[in-house]
Amino acid sequence: MKHRGPDEQHSGSVSRFEPFVTIPLKSVVGFLKTTLVIAELEVRKLRHDPSELLTRAIQPALWLLIFGQVFARIRAIPTGGIPYIDFMAPGILAQSVLFIAIFHGIAIIWERDLGLVHKLLASPSPRAALVLGKGVSAGARALSQVAIVYVLSLILGVKINWNPAALAGVICAALLAAACFSMLSLIIACVVKTRERFMGIGQVLTMPLFFASNAIYPISIMPGWLQVISKINPLTYEVDALRSLMLVGGRSVFGIGVDMGVLSLTLALLVIVAGRIYPGIVV
Amino acid sequence: MRILETDALTRRFGEHTAVDSVSVSIDAGEAFGLLGPNGAGKTTMIKMLTTLLPPTSGSARVAGFEIVRRAREVRRVIGYVPQLVSADGSLSGYENLLIFAKLYDIPRSERRMRISEALSFVGLADAATRLVREYSGGMIRRLEIAQSVLHRPRVLFLDEPTVGLDPVARRAVWDYIERLREDYGTTIFLTTHLMEEADSLCNRIAIMHRGRVAAIGEPAELKASIGDDGTTLDDVFVHYAGDRLDSGGGYRETSRTRRTAQRLG
Repeated sequence: MKHRGPDEQHSGSVSRFEPFVTIPLKSVVGFLKTTLVIAELEVRKLRHDPSELLTRAIQPALWLLIFGQVFARIRAIPTGGIPYIDFMAPGILAQSVLFIAIFHGIAIIWERDLGLVHKLLASPSPRAALVLGKGVSAGARALSQVAIVYVLSLILGVKINWNPAALAGVICAALLAAACFSMLSLIIACVVKTRERFMGIGQVLTMPLFFASNAIYPISIMPGWLQVISKINPLTYEVDALRSLMLVGGRSVFGIGVDMGVLSLTLALLVIVAGRIYPGIVV
Repeated sequence: MRILETDALTRRFGEHTAVDSVSVSIDAGEAFGLLGPNGAGKTTMIKMLTTLLPPTSGSARVAGFEIVRRAREVRRVIGYVPQLVSADGSLSGYENLLIFAKLYDIPRSERRMRISEALSFVGLADAATRLVREYSGGMIRRLEIAQSVLHRPRVLFLDEPTVGLDPVARRAVWDYIERLREDYGTTIFLTTHLMEEADSLCNRIAIMHRGRVAAIGEPAELKASIGDDGTTLDDVFVHYAGDRLDSGGGYRETSRTRRTAQRLG
């Protein structure tokens, strides 16, 4: 019999060795495994040097303690009947998650200047799983921000909803948002390819994302054009979810389902795009 | 058995043709060296064969798999040690291997054994728990080799594996590469611009010049082809690739190579 090369064996519609139905399941499991391995890589690094997490606590503390204290005295912002500091705490949580995630992509540029990306890309791992893994690790960093903002809120007397389901919801929203913004960051990093340009764009992006959202004031007091921008800003949906889940008597404007749905869909879309352009970083 | 063959493999970057219609074939178990001055297209060649960079035209097969259409399969059977430092400095040596053992789907039951085997193979068993940041350049390279052979690849690609290493560390790396070939029958594909390296490691070499293969053959053949006794590979290199004084790559490449050298040195 003529020896058949692997290419020819594959030329049939489906490989002879695996029944058709097992292929999707196997690749889904493989995808999730790779995602978690990449996240594990990042978490192990954090475990060796957790100092970064502590310095990350400074910014939310300043916002809540200085900005928050002053604005709480103005009483000009319609918060829906809750103290301003309560209104603001979930917004500041969302902000610190955003800040952590939006600069996450710069690591890709470091890794490209080393050879780590090359080696990851030469492994059989699905590209989208490699980038989603980065997103999950941004989520792990975001969890530390949840802890920090909860401690600060406790000190400031914010009425926190300790219901375990609500807590799980907060964690879920923070994870999703962190993954979203880190994907955005990764896409930017892959496009601009240098640290200097990346830092510039990162700075320019953070402020509009933050101020064109409901983080520190409700959308209802914005001018019409800004309201439109706010409603396509994923941060708005993160804040909305956090505000309703974190606070006693918190209410969602859009509905938790919509919030989580928008965040998940945005994430899926960004993962697909990031997975496509990530391999280009080694060219 | 043919384990790697390229057919008019070409890669252009805009106007510049980095690899120009290269056709080579390599048998299983060979140690093949790609030589040439900086900027000759060696790294581009390796990036295409490791599926990092799609060719502009032409094709190549590794272990029977076409590098574009069957990239996933190619990735499963190759190992790759990039020229740049690819071990993660903020993890321990063991962790670096563990992550890649997981990425390559090595079953949980075998992981520990394979990792400790790989670590002792390159003489790093005692340094396994130390952070790679504290390793010497030679140790980092050895770790990277261990990392890239965990899944027992059929072809191992090494891009200038000894750049920036002192002679002692270099010899050690050569030893491990040689033993890989002897013990596991791994096919070696490496790039270098050190003639001594090519001479002692490779059974066959190709000299690349301006994206093309200027000469190919066994080291002894190549020496014989240009002169009488006492010809060294250096002479061969100069003969086939030494016609321009501007060799040495561009700014970006130079700064990268020096940075790698600095990190490993």
